[in-house]
Amino acid sequence: MPILQLNNIETYYGAIQALKGISMEVGKGEIVTLIGSNGAGKSTTLKSISGLAKVKTGSILYKDKDITNRPPHETTLLGLAHVPEGRRIFAQLTVKENLQMGAYSVKGKDVIQERMETVFSYFPRLKERLSQKGGTMSGGEQQMLAIGRALMMQPEVLMLDEPSMGLAPIIVEQIFEIILQLNSMGITILLIEQNAYQALSIAHRGYVIQNGSIVLTGTGSELIENEQIKEAYLA
Amino acid sequence: MMKEKLIGFLQNKWSQVILFTLFVVITSLSLYLSQKSVVAFLLLLASLLILYYMKLKNLTKWIIGGGILFILLPMASSGGPAFQSYMEVATMVGIYVAMALGLNIVVGLAGLLDLGFVAFFAVGAYSYAIFATPQASNFMPFGSYPLGGESFWIFLIIGGICAAIAGVLIGIPVLRVKGDYLAIVTLGFGEIIRIVFNNLDRPVNFTNGAMGISSVTPPSIFGIQLVFPHHFYFVTLVILAFTIFAVLRFEHSKLGRSWKAVRENEIAAQAMGIPLVKTKLLAFALGATFSGMMGVVFAAKQAFIDPTSFTLLESFTILVMVVLGGMGSVPGVILGAALVTILNLQVLTELTNWVNQLTLNGIINVPDALSPAKMQKLIFGLLLVIFALYRPIGLIPAKNKKFDEKKLKTNRLAIDRENTVAIDKDNV
Repeated sequence: MPILQLNNIETYYGAIQALKGISMEVGKGEIVTLIGSNGAGKSTTLKSISGLAKVKTGSILYKDKDITNRPPHETTLLGLAHVPEGRRIFAQLTVKENLQMGAYSVKGKDVIQERMETVFSYFPRLKERLSQKGGTMSGGEQQMLAIGRALMMQPEVLMLDEPSMGLAPIIVEQIFEIILQLNSMGITILLIEQNAYQALSIAHRGYVIQNGSIVLTGTGSELIENEQIKEAYLA
Repeated sequence: MMKEKLIGFLQNKWSQVILFTLFVVITSLSLYLSQKSVVAFLLLLASLLILYYMKLKNLTKWIIGGGILFILLPMASSGGPAFQSYMEVATMVGIYVAMALGLNIVVGLAGLLDLGFVAFFAVGAYSYAIFATPQASNFMPFGSYPLGGESFWIFLIIGGICAAIAGVLIGIPVLRVKGDYLAIVTLGFGEIIRIVFNNLDRPVNFTNGAMGISSVTPPSIFGIQLVFPHHFYFVTLVILAFTIFAVLRFEHSKLGRSWKAVRENEIAAQAMGIPLVKTKLLAFALGATFSGMMGVVFAAKQAFIDPTSFTLLESFTILVMVVLGGMGSVPGVILGAALVTILNLQVLTELTNWVNQLTLNGIINVPDALSPAKMQKLIFGLLLVIFALYRPIGLIPAKNKKFDEKKLKTNRLAIDRENTVAIDKDNV
């Protein structure tokens, strides 16, 4: 049974149609990746799920409940965490304050402290930098903070929008390792990537999106072997 | 060598305390003895700034600062005829500091540039002025007006609430736009409120229009009427203390952090589950509350208000205070507000008097148009340009809360110790 299901989603930015009927599903405990070129509609799909973009037609089901066009402060409460593109950490806030913001809807200091310790177990670097301003850290550390911040919500589904963007290959590898680790802890992952090869190699399944529609789907290894994909994204 | 010794001496806590006490005693004595010395008055106020930088516990600083403001300053300046004018200036400083702290929530913490902030001050002022004069009987079907002076204390709360409601009502349409557009729209709304007050004398006379509302009932407490500036000085001081306490609590609360998060990045803040509209509206409403409360004090103190007290220039003045002091920094904003108000009310007027004196004596001839009191806008403009160029973070920039690393380490040690103990047990 899928934990997240999109039925024929159409999303517009003003008059421009960004999504032209996206249907996909994410099973519980899976890593699902969404690949595609710039402007294909990957980020819009995530934004539609988390409520940052308004869906015009179609429906989004989360655990069989209709969550179409629920505002983000409601979807986060349900267990959907969205790590937006380009890290977007709170630059003037300290690392600790950034993490506290991730736990916005969480009550109780002890719970927050406990979750922070969990985040530190994945990202020990963040513990060393607690009182540092978020904006003064390196790109990799900022990405770790962005993921750590989302983990403070203890999400069931973690949606990552291009976590490898602008990072050195060695850092990208670290990040992907952590994604695998998180998945083994039972967190369902929906991953958007331009770095198609790396994404497909860790994903259970993948969707290829083009001009706002899904054009191809299959398991990670199937897609890596697919000739079309090789030509378009892996070359 | 000498320099190092001097620095070492100044860094020492006790030498600081001795020097500070000396400074305070000298300035208070000279203020007491030579009543006309504005310099002594200003230096005594400046002692609070020195206090801020001293190596003392925060609580000690608050107590000393409170002592200076509540006891020493009124006593030292009470010796002569200038007493009331000093108290008048100090009261205005208090009013503006509270307003600037309110605006700091909106601009500094939540990052919403509001150019019509004086509107909330006006709402507070009018809410008291209307009911503390016969004005209210024009439209109220019951009760007899003016209300007595005791109602002032309730109106402090009512004025705050009215301003908060105005903040929400203005906020709902205005917060649909961001950045520069927000600034323009708030500027418009600020003017709209002033013009509404200016024209609300027909068909039913609410505000008496451009004529203004005069002879506002002075507040009274325990049967004593508060009419002199030094009475209002203490009222302002108490409200200001409350404001500072509240603002500091807000800043380090969850709400304060979510304001900063919204300021830093709206999309990320939303993705963290922060309800954007609610958070922004709360910033507007809470910022407006402090302004509204001080509006009530202002109306009572002046005993006369009209729409010209709430012009665009006032909004800009408050904004200059925030920018000058340091956006988002409570001590900075207090300093900025104090400096700008003193510059406005004391320095410029003194300079004008001095120039007039010189003109009268025929030493120089400064035309009326060039008198310092009229250069307010020029001076604000210059100040803003200078600060934008050389110190954009403000006089006392905002600081992040430091996380106690020692505490973290001891925690970690404790955990390590537990673990090793556990391992030892396993080995046994």
